[in-house]
Amino acid sequence: MSEVPSELKYTESHEWLRVEDDGLVTVGVSDHAQELLGDLVFVELPEVATEFVAGDECCVVESVKAASDVYMPISGEIVEVNEALADEPEIINTSPYDSGWLFKIKPSAEELADLMDADAYQAIIDE
Amino acid sequence: MNNKTVLFDKHLEYNGKIVDFAGWQMPVNYGSQMDEHHQVRKDAGMFDVSHMVIVDLGQGDIRAFLQYLLANDVAKLQLAGKALYSCMLNEKGGVIDDLIVYYMSDEWYRVVINAGTREKDLAWINKHAPAFKVNVKERDDLAMIAVQGPNARAKAFEALPVDVVEAAAPLKRFFGADCGDWFVGRTGYTGEDGFEIMLPSSEAAGLWDKLAAAGIKPCGLGARDTLRLEAGMNLYGNDMTEDTSPLISGLSWTVALDPVERDFIGRGPLEAEKAAGVKQKLVGLVLEERGVLRGHQKVMAEDETGQVVGEGEITSGTFSPSLQKSIAFARVPTGIGKTCKVEIRGKLLQAAVVKPVFVRDGQPV
Repeated sequence: MSEVPSELKYTESHEWLRVEDDGLVTVGVSDHAQELLGDLVFVELPEVATEFVAGDECCVVESVKAASDVYMPISGEIVEVNEALADEPEIINTSPYDSGWLFKIKPSAEELADLMDADAYQAIIDE
Repeated sequence: MNNKTVLFDKHLEYNGKIVDFAGWQMPVNYGSQMDEHHQVRKDAGMFDVSHMVIVDLGQGDIRAFLQYLLANDVAKLQLAGKALYSCMLNEKGGVIDDLIVYYMSDEWYRVVINAGTREKDLAWINKHAPAFKVNVKERDDLAMIAVQGPNARAKAFEALPVDVVEAAAPLKRFFGADCGDWFVGRTGYTGEDGFEIMLPSSEAAGLWDKLAAAGIKPCGLGARDTLRLEAGMNLYGNDMTEDTSPLISGLSWTVALDPVERDFIGRGPLEAEKAAGVKQKLVGLVLEERGVLRGHQKVMAEDETGQVVGEGEITSGTFSPSLQKSIAFARVPTGIGKTCKVEIRGKLLQAAVVKPVFVRDGQPV
Protein backbone atom coordinates (compact mmCIF):
# COMPACT_ATOMS: atom_id res chain seq x y z
CA MET A 1 0.00 0.00 0.00
CA SER A 2 1.49 3.34 -1.10
CA GLU A 3 1.87 6.20 1.32
CA VAL A 4 -0.15 9.36 0.61
CA PRO A 5 0.72 12.02 3.23
CA SER A 6 -2.33 14.11 4.05
CA GLU A 7 -0.54 17.49 4.17
CA LEU A 8 0.55 17.40 0.49
CA LYS A 9 -1.12 18.32 -2.81
CA TYR A 10 -1.07 15.95 -5.78
CA THR A 11 -1.45 15.81 -9.56
CA GLU A 12 -2.95 13.13 -11.79
CA SER A 13 0.52 12.55 -13.21
CA HIS A 14 1.73 11.54 -9.72
CA GLU A 15 3.74 14.58 -8.66
CA TRP A 16 3.36 15.81 -5.07
CA LEU A 17 3.72 19.41 -3.86
CA ARG A 18 4.49 20.90 -0.49
CA VAL A 19 4.14 24.63 0.28
CA GLU A 20 7.10 25.66 2.43
CA ASP A 21 7.10 28.42 5.05
CA ASP A 22 8.97 30.76 2.67
CA GLY A 23 6.26 30.40 0.01
CA LEU A 24 8.35 28.17 -2.25
CA VAL A 25 6.79 24.90 -3.43
CA THR A 26 8.74 21.65 -3.24
CA VAL A 27 7.92 18.98 -5.86
CA GLY A 28 8.60 15.26 -6.04
CA VAL A 29 7.04 12.06 -7.33
CA SER A 30 4.62 10.08 -5.18
CA ASP A 31 5.31 6.82 -3.43
CA HIS A 32 2.86 5.19 -5.82
CA ALA A 33 4.81 6.58 -8.81
CA GLN A 34 8.18 5.34 -7.56
CA GLU A 35 6.66 1.90 -7.01
CA LEU A 36 5.40 1.87 -10.59
CA LEU A 37 8.75 3.05 -11.94
CA GLY A 38 10.87 0.57 -10.02
CA ASP A 39 14.55 1.07 -9.22
CA LEU A 40 15.56 4.57 -10.31
CA VAL A 41 18.95 4.97 -11.96
CA PHE A 42 18.99 8.47 -13.46
CA VAL A 43 17.30 11.83 -13.02
CA GLU A 44 17.56 14.68 -15.50
CA LEU A 45 16.72 17.75 -13.44
CA PRO A 46 15.60 21.10 -14.83
CA GLU A 47 18.02 24.04 -14.87
CA VAL A 48 17.72 26.48 -12.02
CA ALA A 49 16.18 29.84 -13.07
CA THR A 50 14.15 28.26 -15.88
CA GLU A 51 10.50 29.29 -16.03
CA PHE A 52 7.79 26.81 -16.92
CA VAL A 53 4.04 26.82 -17.38
CA ALA A 54 1.93 24.22 -15.57
CA GLY A 55 1.89 21.00 -17.61
CA ASP A 56 5.33 21.49 -19.21
CA GLU A 57 7.67 18.51 -19.26
CA CYS A 58 10.44 19.76 -17.03
CA CYS A 59 12.30 16.73 -15.69
CA VAL A 60 12.90 13.08 -16.54
CA VAL A 61 13.22 10.21 -14.10
CA GLU A 62 14.56 6.93 -15.42
CA SER A 63 14.32 3.51 -13.86
CA VAL A 64 16.06 0.41 -15.16
CA LYS A 65 12.82 -0.23 -17.02
CA ALA A 66 11.90 3.07 -18.65
CA ALA A 67 12.15 6.86 -18.82
CA SER A 68 9.23 8.91 -17.50
CA ASP A 69 8.55 12.61 -17.82
CA VAL A 70 7.81 14.72 -14.79
CA TYR A 71 5.39 17.59 -15.47
CA MET A 72 5.50 21.05 -13.99
CA PRO A 73 2.52 20.90 -11.59
CA ILE A 74 2.11 24.69 -11.35
CA SER A 75 3.56 27.61 -13.29
CA GLY A 76 6.70 29.23 -11.93
CA GLU A 77 10.47 29.42 -11.83
CA ILE A 78 12.80 26.62 -10.76
CA VAL A 79 14.78 28.03 -7.83
CA GLU A 80 16.53 24.93 -6.53
CA VAL A 81 17.08 21.31 -7.59
CA ASN A 82 18.02 18.29 -5.52
CA GLU A 83 21.67 17.81 -6.55
CA ALA A 84 22.00 14.68 -4.39
CA LEU A 85 19.92 12.79 -6.96
CA ALA A 86 22.74 12.98 -9.52
CA ASP A 87 24.75 10.43 -7.55
CA GLU A 88 21.96 8.66 -5.73
CA PRO A 89 18.73 8.64 -7.77
CA GLU A 90 17.58 5.66 -5.69
CA ILE A 91 16.79 8.10 -2.84
CA ILE A 92 13.51 8.63 -4.71
CA ASN A 93 12.68 4.97 -4.09
CA THR A 94 13.60 5.01 -0.42
CA SER A 95 12.34 8.48 0.52
CA PRO A 96 9.97 9.88 -2.13
CA TYR A 97 8.45 12.57 0.12
CA ASP A 98 11.54 13.66 1.99
CA SER A 99 15.14 13.43 0.77
CA GLY A 100 13.93 12.29 -2.67
CA TRP A 101 12.39 15.67 -3.58
CA LEU A 102 13.13 16.86 -7.14
CA PHE A 103 12.99 20.68 -7.31
CA LYS A 104 11.57 23.84 -5.75
CA ILE A 105 9.36 26.31 -7.56
CA LYS A 106 8.70 30.01 -7.02
CA PRO A 107 5.05 30.08 -8.14
CA SER A 108 3.97 32.67 -10.71
CA ALA A 109 0.22 32.11 -10.45
CA GLU A 110 -2.43 30.99 -7.98
CA GLU A 111 -2.87 27.39 -9.16
CA LEU A 112 -2.43 25.36 -5.99
CA ALA A 113 -6.14 25.29 -5.26
CA ASP A 114 -6.73 23.41 -8.52
CA LEU A 115 -4.63 20.44 -7.37
CA MET A 116 -5.85 17.34 -5.58
CA ASP A 117 -5.73 16.75 -1.87
CA ALA A 118 -4.60 13.43 -0.42
CA ASP A 119 -8.09 11.89 -0.42
CA ALA A 120 -8.70 12.71 -4.07
CA TYR A 121 -5.30 11.34 -5.06
CA GLN A 122 -5.81 8.19 -3.01
CA ALA A 123 -9.07 7.63 -4.88
CA ILE A 124 -7.24 7.90 -8.21
CA ILE A 125 -4.53 5.38 -7.37
CA ASP A 126 -7.09 2.98 -5.92
CA GLU A 127 -8.85 2.79 -9.30
CA MET B 1 -4.76 -11.66 -24.72
CA ASN B 2 -4.69 -12.52 -21.07
CA ASN B 3 -2.81 -15.79 -20.78
CA LYS B 4 -1.54 -16.98 -17.43
CA THR B 5 1.07 -19.61 -16.78
CA VAL B 6 0.38 -22.39 -14.33
CA LEU B 7 2.56 -20.46 -11.84
CA PHE B 8 0.44 -17.29 -11.91
CA ASP B 9 -0.97 -17.81 -8.40
CA LYS B 10 2.57 -18.39 -7.11
CA HIS B 11 3.63 -15.02 -8.55
CA LEU B 12 0.84 -13.31 -6.63
CA GLU B 13 1.69 -15.27 -3.48
CA TYR B 14 5.36 -14.20 -3.80
CA ASN B 15 4.31 -10.54 -4.33
CA GLY B 16 5.11 -10.45 -8.04
CA LYS B 17 4.18 -7.23 -9.84
CA ILE B 18 2.26 -8.44 -12.87
CA VAL B 19 2.56 -6.87 -16.33
CA ASP B 20 1.49 -7.87 -19.81
CA PHE B 21 4.25 -9.56 -21.81
CA ALA B 22 3.40 -10.80 -25.31
CA GLY B 23 -0.17 -11.44 -24.17
CA TRP B 24 0.92 -13.16 -20.95
CA GLN B 25 0.35 -11.93 -17.41
CA MET B 26 3.91 -12.19 -16.10
CA PRO B 27 5.82 -10.87 -13.07
CA VAL B 28 8.15 -7.99 -13.97
CA ASN B 29 9.63 -8.10 -10.46
CA TYR B 30 8.85 -9.29 -6.94
CA GLY B 31 9.92 -6.04 -5.28
CA SER B 32 13.20 -4.84 -6.75
CA GLN B 33 14.43 -5.66 -10.24
CA MET B 34 17.88 -4.48 -9.17
CA ASP B 35 18.07 -6.85 -6.18
CA GLU B 36 16.89 -9.73 -8.35
CA HIS B 37 19.60 -8.98 -10.90
CA HIS B 38 22.33 -9.12 -8.24
CA GLN B 39 20.75 -12.22 -6.73
CA VAL B 40 21.32 -14.07 -10.02
CA ARG B 41 24.84 -12.72 -10.54
CA LYS B 42 25.95 -13.53 -6.99
CA ASP B 43 23.82 -16.44 -5.82
CA ALA B 44 20.73 -18.00 -7.39
CA GLY B 45 17.41 -16.83 -8.81
CA MET B 46 14.52 -18.46 -10.64
CA PHE B 47 12.29 -17.35 -13.48
CA ASP B 48 8.95 -18.67 -14.65
CA VAL B 49 9.43 -19.10 -18.39
CA SER B 50 6.42 -21.33 -18.91
CA HIS B 51 5.08 -18.88 -21.49
CA MET B 52 7.84 -20.06 -23.82
CA VAL B 53 6.90 -22.74 -26.31
CA ILE B 54 8.29 -26.28 -26.17
CA VAL B 55 7.98 -28.27 -29.38
CA ASP B 56 8.92 -31.93 -29.76
CA LEU B 57 9.87 -33.25 -33.17
CA GLY B 58 9.48 -36.97 -33.80
CA GLN B 59 9.38 -39.54 -36.59
CA GLY B 60 10.55 -38.78 -40.15
CA ASP B 61 13.94 -37.39 -41.08
CA ILE B 62 14.21 -34.83 -38.30
CA ARG B 63 17.87 -34.04 -38.89
CA ALA B 64 17.34 -33.27 -42.59
CA PHE B 65 14.29 -31.18 -41.69
CA LEU B 66 16.19 -29.05 -39.17
CA GLN B 67 19.15 -28.72 -41.53
CA TYR B 68 16.72 -27.13 -43.99
CA LEU B 69 14.71 -25.14 -41.43
CA LEU B 70 17.55 -23.60 -39.39
CA ALA B 71 20.47 -21.33 -40.26
CA ASN B 72 22.75 -23.16 -37.85
CA ASP B 73 23.64 -26.74 -38.70
CA VAL B 74 22.28 -29.50 -36.45
CA ALA B 75 25.00 -31.74 -37.89
CA LYS B 76 27.05 -30.16 -35.07
CA LEU B 77 24.86 -32.13 -32.65
CA GLN B 78 26.62 -35.48 -32.40
CA LEU B 79 26.18 -36.29 -28.71
CA ALA B 80 22.78 -37.10 -27.23
CA GLY B 81 21.49 -34.18 -25.16
CA LYS B 82 23.58 -31.52 -26.89
CA ALA B 83 21.86 -28.18 -27.51
CA LEU B 84 22.32 -25.71 -30.36
CA TYR B 85 21.27 -22.06 -30.63
CA SER B 86 19.98 -21.06 -34.05
CA CYS B 87 17.90 -18.60 -36.01
CA MET B 88 14.96 -19.71 -38.11
CA LEU B 89 14.94 -17.52 -41.23
CA ASN B 90 12.36 -16.54 -43.80
CA GLU B 91 12.98 -16.74 -47.56
CA LYS B 92 14.56 -13.25 -47.49
CA GLY B 93 17.07 -14.17 -44.79
CA GLY B 94 15.19 -12.23 -42.09
CA VAL B 95 14.83 -13.76 -38.65
CA ILE B 96 11.46 -15.39 -37.86
CA ASP B 97 12.70 -16.35 -34.41
CA ASP B 98 15.72 -17.55 -32.46
CA LEU B 99 15.53 -20.85 -30.64
CA ILE B 100 17.35 -23.64 -28.88
CA VAL B 101 17.22 -27.17 -30.23
CA TYR B 102 18.20 -30.20 -28.12
CA TYR B 103 19.25 -33.41 -29.87
CA MET B 104 17.93 -36.20 -27.68
CA SER B 105 18.00 -39.06 -30.20
CA ASP B 106 17.52 -39.61 -33.92
CA GLU B 107 13.80 -40.00 -33.12
CA TRP B 108 13.46 -37.00 -30.82
CA TYR B 109 14.59 -33.38 -30.99
CA ARG B 110 13.20 -30.75 -28.62
CA VAL B 111 12.93 -27.12 -29.71
CA VAL B 112 12.22 -24.13 -27.44
CA ILE B 113 10.88 -20.98 -29.12
CA ASN B 114 9.71 -17.56 -27.95
CA ALA B 115 6.24 -16.88 -26.57
CA GLY B 116 5.68 -13.73 -28.62
CA THR B 117 6.28 -15.55 -31.90
CA ARG B 118 4.35 -18.72 -31.06
CA GLU B 119 1.72 -18.62 -33.81
CA LYS B 120 3.95 -17.73 -36.74
CA ASP B 121 6.72 -20.10 -35.61
CA LEU B 122 4.36 -23.06 -35.34
CA ALA B 123 2.79 -22.20 -38.69
CA TRP B 124 6.24 -22.05 -40.31
CA ILE B 125 7.45 -25.30 -38.72
CA ASN B 126 4.22 -27.08 -39.63
CA LYS B 127 4.42 -25.79 -43.19
CA HIS B 128 7.81 -27.37 -43.80
CA ALA B 129 7.60 -30.50 -41.63
CA PRO B 130 5.44 -32.66 -43.93
CA ALA B 131 8.07 -32.78 -46.69
CA PHE B 132 10.31 -34.57 -44.20
CA LYS B 133 7.43 -36.57 -42.66
CA VAL B 134 8.28 -35.06 -39.30
CA ASN B 135 5.71 -35.03 -36.54
CA VAL B 136 5.41 -31.68 -34.70
CA LYS B 137 4.00 -31.71 -31.19
CA GLU B 138 3.58 -28.63 -29.02
CA ARG B 139 4.12 -29.52 -25.37
CA ASP B 140 1.65 -27.14 -23.74
CA ASP B 141 1.33 -29.73 -20.99
CA LEU B 142 4.75 -28.67 -19.67
CA ALA B 143 5.84 -25.73 -17.53
CA MET B 144 9.36 -24.32 -17.53
CA ILE B 145 11.39 -22.80 -14.69
CA ALA B 146 14.89 -21.38 -15.21
CA VAL B 147 17.22 -21.43 -12.18
CA GLN B 148 20.26 -19.25 -12.76
CA GLY B 149 23.30 -18.09 -10.85
CA PRO B 150 26.61 -19.44 -9.51
CA ASN B 151 24.80 -21.40 -6.77
CA ALA B 152 21.70 -22.28 -8.78
CA ARG B 153 22.61 -25.86 -9.65
CA ALA B 154 23.72 -26.79 -6.14
CA LYS B 155 20.56 -25.31 -4.62
CA ALA B 156 18.33 -26.88 -7.27
CA PHE B 157 19.71 -30.30 -6.36
CA GLU B 158 18.17 -29.83 -2.89
CA ALA B 159 14.75 -29.26 -4.44
CA LEU B 160 14.58 -31.58 -7.44
CA PRO B 161 13.38 -35.21 -7.25
CA VAL B 162 16.26 -37.65 -6.71
CA ASP B 163 16.03 -39.29 -10.14
CA VAL B 164 16.01 -35.87 -11.83
CA VAL B 165 19.11 -34.87 -9.86
CA GLU B 166 20.82 -38.03 -11.07
CA ALA B 167 20.01 -37.11 -14.66
CA ALA B 168 20.98 -33.43 -14.26
CA ALA B 169 24.13 -33.67 -12.15
CA PRO B 170 26.49 -34.96 -14.89
CA LEU B 171 25.28 -32.45 -17.51
CA LYS B 172 27.96 -30.32 -19.15
CA ARG B 173 27.12 -26.79 -20.26
CA PHE B 174 24.65 -26.63 -23.14
CA PHE B 175 23.46 -30.20 -22.67
CA GLY B 176 20.04 -31.45 -21.61
CA ALA B 177 18.69 -34.70 -20.19
CA ASP B 178 15.24 -36.13 -19.73
CA CYS B 179 13.88 -38.10 -16.81
CA GLY B 180 10.35 -39.36 -17.35
CA ASP B 181 8.21 -36.31 -18.12
CA TRP B 182 10.89 -34.00 -16.69
CA PHE B 183 13.67 -32.42 -18.69
CA VAL B 184 16.67 -30.42 -17.49
CA GLY B 185 18.91 -28.32 -19.74
CA ARG B 186 22.11 -26.73 -18.49
CA THR B 187 21.19 -23.61 -20.41
CA GLY B 188 19.82 -20.17 -19.72
CA TYR B 189 19.47 -16.53 -20.70
CA THR B 190 21.48 -14.71 -18.05
CA GLY B 191 25.17 -15.42 -18.69
CA GLU B 192 25.30 -17.47 -15.49
CA ASP B 193 25.42 -21.19 -14.94
CA GLY B 194 22.15 -22.92 -14.17
CA PHE B 195 19.32 -25.07 -15.45
CA GLU B 196 16.17 -24.70 -17.46
CA ILE B 197 13.74 -27.23 -16.00
CA MET B 198 10.74 -28.45 -18.00
CA LEU B 199 8.18 -30.46 -16.09
CA PRO B 200 4.50 -31.42 -16.06
CA SER B 201 2.41 -28.31 -15.36
CA SER B 202 0.70 -30.00 -12.42
CA GLU B 203 4.04 -30.30 -10.61
CA ALA B 204 5.33 -26.76 -11.28
CA ALA B 205 3.86 -24.99 -8.23
CA GLY B 206 5.28 -27.64 -5.91
CA LEU B 207 8.73 -27.32 -7.42
CA TRP B 208 8.54 -23.50 -7.23
CA ASP B 209 8.01 -23.69 -3.46
CA LYS B 210 10.81 -26.23 -3.03
CA LEU B 211 13.25 -24.14 -5.07
CA ALA B 212 12.33 -21.07 -3.01
CA ALA B 213 12.86 -23.05 0.20
CA ALA B 214 16.31 -24.04 -1.11
CA GLY B 215 17.20 -20.33 -1.31
CA ILE B 216 16.56 -19.69 -5.00
CA LYS B 217 14.72 -16.35 -5.07
CA PRO B 218 11.95 -15.58 -7.58
CA CYS B 219 13.05 -13.06 -10.24
CA GLY B 220 10.94 -11.25 -12.80
CA LEU B 221 11.19 -10.41 -16.46
CA GLY B 222 12.81 -7.07 -15.60
CA ALA B 223 15.94 -8.71 -14.20
CA ARG B 224 15.86 -11.27 -17.00
CA ASP B 225 16.24 -8.41 -19.49
CA THR B 226 19.17 -6.67 -17.76
CA LEU B 227 20.90 -10.02 -17.21
CA ARG B 228 20.61 -11.10 -20.84
CA LEU B 229 21.72 -7.72 -22.14
CA GLU B 230 24.82 -7.74 -19.92
CA ALA B 231 25.50 -11.29 -21.08
CA GLY B 232 25.38 -10.19 -24.72
CA MET B 233 22.30 -12.21 -25.61
CA ASN B 234 19.91 -10.93 -28.24
CA LEU B 235 16.20 -10.36 -27.66
CA TYR B 236 13.94 -11.26 -30.55
CA GLY B 237 11.86 -8.31 -31.74
CA ASN B 238 14.46 -5.80 -30.44
CA ASP B 239 17.83 -6.90 -31.74
CA MET B 240 16.66 -8.91 -34.73
CA THR B 241 13.38 -9.14 -36.62
CA GLU B 242 12.00 -10.49 -39.88
CA ASP B 243 13.50 -7.42 -41.56
CA THR B 244 17.07 -7.92 -40.34
CA SER B 245 19.46 -10.68 -41.31
CA PRO B 246 21.50 -12.46 -38.63
CA LEU B 247 24.62 -11.02 -40.28
CA ILE B 248 23.75 -7.49 -39.10
CA SER B 249 22.38 -8.71 -35.76
CA GLY B 250 25.52 -10.05 -34.13
CA LEU B 251 24.48 -13.58 -35.03
CA SER B 252 26.90 -14.49 -37.85
CA TRP B 253 28.40 -17.08 -35.50
CA THR B 254 25.09 -18.95 -35.58
CA VAL B 255 24.91 -19.10 -39.38
CA ALA B 256 26.61 -22.21 -40.78
CA LEU B 257 27.37 -21.49 -44.44
CA ASP B 258 29.66 -24.54 -44.50
CA PRO B 259 29.16 -27.07 -45.91
CA VAL B 260 28.11 -25.24 -49.08
CA GLU B 261 25.91 -28.16 -50.14
CA ARG B 262 23.51 -27.61 -47.26
CA ASP B 263 20.45 -25.77 -48.53
CA PHE B 264 18.61 -23.96 -45.77
CA ILE B 265 15.80 -21.40 -45.91
CA GLY B 266 17.33 -17.92 -46.27
CA ARG B 267 20.73 -19.16 -47.44
CA GLY B 268 20.65 -17.41 -50.84
CA PRO B 269 19.99 -13.90 -49.51
CA LEU B 270 22.65 -14.31 -46.81
CA GLU B 271 25.26 -15.42 -49.38
CA ALA B 272 24.35 -12.44 -51.56
CA GLU B 273 24.57 -10.07 -48.60
CA LYS B 274 27.98 -11.44 -47.69
CA ALA B 275 29.24 -11.26 -51.29
CA ALA B 276 28.12 -7.62 -51.57
CA GLY B 277 29.81 -6.80 -48.26
CA VAL B 278 27.84 -6.64 -45.03
CA LYS B 279 27.06 -2.95 -44.38
CA GLN B 280 26.10 -2.97 -40.71
CA LYS B 281 26.93 -4.79 -37.51
CA LEU B 282 25.68 -5.09 -33.96
CA VAL B 283 28.03 -3.61 -31.37
CA GLY B 284 27.95 -2.98 -27.65
CA LEU B 285 27.85 0.57 -26.28
CA VAL B 286 28.87 1.82 -22.85
CA LEU B 287 27.61 5.33 -22.08
CA GLU B 288 30.40 7.49 -20.70
CA GLU B 289 28.11 10.22 -19.39
CA ARG B 290 25.11 10.18 -17.09
CA GLY B 291 21.91 8.94 -18.68
CA VAL B 292 20.29 5.75 -19.89
CA LEU B 293 20.56 4.24 -23.36
CA ARG B 294 17.23 2.99 -24.72
CA GLY B 295 16.00 1.21 -27.82
CA HIS B 296 15.58 3.38 -30.97
CA GLN B 297 17.93 6.18 -29.87
CA LYS B 298 20.00 7.49 -32.77
CA VAL B 299 23.73 6.71 -32.88
CA MET B 300 26.33 8.85 -34.71
CA ALA B 301 29.06 6.35 -35.56
CA GLU B 302 32.62 7.69 -35.55
CA ASP B 303 35.74 6.20 -37.15
CA GLU B 304 39.11 5.90 -35.39
CA THR B 305 39.78 9.62 -35.98
CA GLY B 306 36.45 10.74 -34.54
CA GLN B 307 34.89 11.57 -37.93
CA VAL B 308 31.21 10.70 -38.23
CA VAL B 309 30.89 7.81 -40.70
CA GLY B 310 27.15 7.28 -40.57
CA GLU B 311 24.13 6.75 -38.39
CA GLY B 312 22.94 3.75 -36.49
CA GLU B 313 20.30 2.89 -33.93
CA ILE B 314 20.17 1.32 -30.49
CA THR B 315 18.26 -1.97 -30.55
CA SER B 316 18.27 -2.66 -26.78
CA GLY B 317 19.47 -0.41 -23.99
CA THR B 318 19.31 -0.35 -20.23
CA PHE B 319 21.15 0.53 -17.07
CA SER B 320 23.56 -2.26 -16.16
CA PRO B 321 23.20 -3.10 -12.46
CA SER B 322 26.51 -5.00 -12.54
CA LEU B 323 28.57 -2.24 -14.17
CA GLN B 324 26.55 0.68 -12.74
CA LYS B 325 26.63 2.28 -16.20
CA SER B 326 24.24 2.36 -19.07
CA ILE B 327 24.87 -0.24 -21.79
CA ALA B 328 23.26 -1.09 -25.11
CA PHE B 329 23.36 -3.02 -28.35
CA ALA B 330 23.34 -0.84 -31.46
CA ARG B 331 23.16 -1.58 -35.17
CA VAL B 332 25.77 0.66 -36.80
CA PRO B 333 27.77 1.04 -40.04
CA THR B 334 30.67 -1.45 -40.20
CA GLY B 335 33.17 1.44 -40.46
CA ILE B 336 32.62 2.41 -36.82
CA GLY B 337 35.72 2.77 -34.62
CA LYS B 338 35.87 2.85 -30.84
CA THR B 339 33.54 5.79 -30.17
CA CYS B 340 30.15 7.19 -31.06
CA LYS B 341 27.61 9.71 -29.89
CA VAL B 342 24.07 8.86 -28.89
CA GLU B 343 21.23 11.33 -29.17
CA ILE B 344 19.18 11.41 -25.99
CA ARG B 345 16.43 14.03 -25.76
CA GLY B 346 18.21 16.34 -28.18
CA LYS B 347 21.65 16.03 -26.56
CA LEU B 348 24.62 14.14 -27.99
CA LEU B 349 26.27 11.95 -25.34
CA GLN B 350 29.60 10.15 -25.66
CA ALA B 351 29.69 6.35 -25.69
CA ALA B 352 32.42 3.73 -26.12
CA VAL B 353 31.98 1.02 -28.72
CA VAL B 354 32.75 -2.48 -27.41
CA LYS B 355 32.04 -6.12 -28.21
CA PRO B 356 28.38 -6.81 -27.42
CA VAL B 357 29.01 -8.76 -24.23
CA PHE B 358 29.46 -7.04 -20.89
CA VAL B 359 29.33 -9.62 -18.08
CA ARG B 360 29.87 -13.40 -18.01
CA ASP B 361 29.81 -15.70 -14.99
CA GLY B 362 29.57 -12.75 -12.66
CA GLN B 363 32.62 -10.94 -14.04
CA PRO B 364 32.80 -7.82 -16.25
CA VAL B 365 34.17 -8.72 -19.70
